[in-house]
Amino acid sequence: MTGWQALFYKEVLRFWKVSAQTIAAPVLTALLYMLIFGHLLEGRITVYDSVGYTAFLVPGLVMMSLLQNAFANSSSSMVQSKMMGNLVFILLTPLGHWSWFAAYVLAAVVRGMAVGLGVLLVTVWFAPLTVMWPVWILVFALLGAAMLGTLGLIAGLWADKFDQMSTFQNFLITPMTFLSGVFYSIHSLPPFWQQVSHLNPFFYMIDGFRYGFFGVSDVSPWLSLGLVGGAYVLVAALALHLLRIGYKIRG
Amino acid sequence: MTAISFQSVSKTFSGARGAFKALDGISFDIQEGEFFGLLGPNGAGKTTLISILAGLMQASSGRIQVHGLDVQTQAAQVRKILGVVPQELVFDPFFTVREALKFQSGYFGITRNDAWLDELLECLGLADKADSNMRQLSGGMKRRVLVAQALVHKPPVIVLDEPTAGVDVELRQTLWQFIARLNREGHTVLLTTHYLEESEALCARIAMLKNGRVVALDNTSDLLKNASSNVLRFKLDEQLPPELAAQARVTGRIVQFPAHDAAQIEHYLAALRQAGLVAQDVEIRKADLEDVFLDVMGAAK
Repeated sequence: MTGWQALFYKEVLRFWKVSAQTIAAPVLTALLYMLIFGHLLEGRITVYDSVGYTAFLVPGLVMMSLLQNAFANSSSSMVQSKMMGNLVFILLTPLGHWSWFAAYVLAAVVRGMAVGLGVLLVTVWFAPLTVMWPVWILVFALLGAAMLGTLGLIAGLWADKFDQMSTFQNFLITPMTFLSGVFYSIHSLPPFWQQVSHLNPFFYMIDGFRYGFFGVSDVSPWLSLGLVGGAYVLVAALALHLLRIGYKIRG
Repeated sequence: MTAISFQSVSKTFSGARGAFKALDGISFDIQEGEFFGLLGPNGAGKTTLISILAGLMQASSGRIQVHGLDVQTQAAQVRKILGVVPQELVFDPFFTVREALKFQSGYFGITRNDAWLDELLECLGLADKADSNMRQLSGGMKRRVLVAQALVHKPPVIVLDEPTAGVDVELRQTLWQFIARLNREGHTVLLTTHYLEESEALCARIAMLKNGRVVALDNTSDLLKNASSNVLRFKLDEQLPPELAAQARVTGRIVQFPAHDAAQIEHYLAALRQAGLVAQDVEIRKADLEDVFLDVMGAAK
């Protein structure tokens, strides 16, 4: 086992030991969304001609939970270690910025994928599941989890306190995931709000992910992949830079 | 060979109330295999110096080398050589003692070192706590785990930042026996402490820090030799006359006079008699490091 693998394993074990909170709770939340929105809106809203509303909702809920939990994992781990002071145990080791990056982001991906899979398993009973392009599903799930895990790492480095962290989460991450087309197709929005939605990077993650299930989407999956992939390179470069200079963790 | 070399290390913190110079041109070397003490009052800069050595902070100027490697530019190699016990009592609440040690080993790329981890647990009196969660441990036990975590990779240079602050007598004994053993086996030890008695017993050489400068640096025995060799100590219910009080160290009822020879001791006793004061529990003892420390700190005002 090399150094970064030990840190990765530590980060995974950290959320696994409290999996009732970190996996079961978000799966339950998604199930409630499914029960309420699916029950209320099935038959009243048509998104794509061939897809029922409940079936449409499943991938959206999976992706939303996956994204939010990937973010929560790296951000809360980093802020907590900073506040409790136990980050010093890692700061005193020879682990370099690439090791930190790989460990925190991959652990966030594992948490995101675990929650996403859990949500899929409990919501899939509500509507027939179609899987057109499993590769697109996997690509957008991994890329989305990595993106949010990396954003969580940046937010965790930046935040000094838990309330700064929850500001980030409540005023940025949650609205952006809700407004990304989880519950509706953006084609059902007025033209102005369609334009605004196109500026939301989370929209492309969910739209591309959904394409994998239904083979239809608001924009081409290739466009989504290009935009999300491009954005990821920038976000990852920023995270690596902050780790390399020891931003807010080395005086 | 030089284990640690501090070369004109300075550190300035810029805060709301202007710049504060925590370290002002610290230079000294610690040789391999030494047991070295770094003493100073709170705010002298000890922890700042240790933080720069450990790579937790950057010096404003100057540099530090460990086994000839620069702590800034060759950080990864230096951290394999150093084992640092931080001053703050920190822990990771998610894990047991053994998990914490195994992860810490893992960060250094070390696996299958269970024999050494068992020995650490045994020597630090943690064997029966190995599978307890960190949250369930008392403060003293958490401190022991901190020491064990710093030693998982058998570092040639061990740095302890006030490891016995607020710790019971039993741990201090256990800890010092173990650290002294590691020192005998060739590990270099750098210790900062408030307990002067400890540094006197353990450290062969001592540097004293005040306001970010080195104000004394010598072999412990030479430091003791240069100070007043004896101390006249007694208890007194009344106030000392001001001209005598100026030369004495008064702690509540306890009065202590530094003295070089018998004549000086006689002089103080005569002065007391003339002032009509009755000294109780009179004793004459050898000066210890605390006396030297107070001398040096007083002179450096």
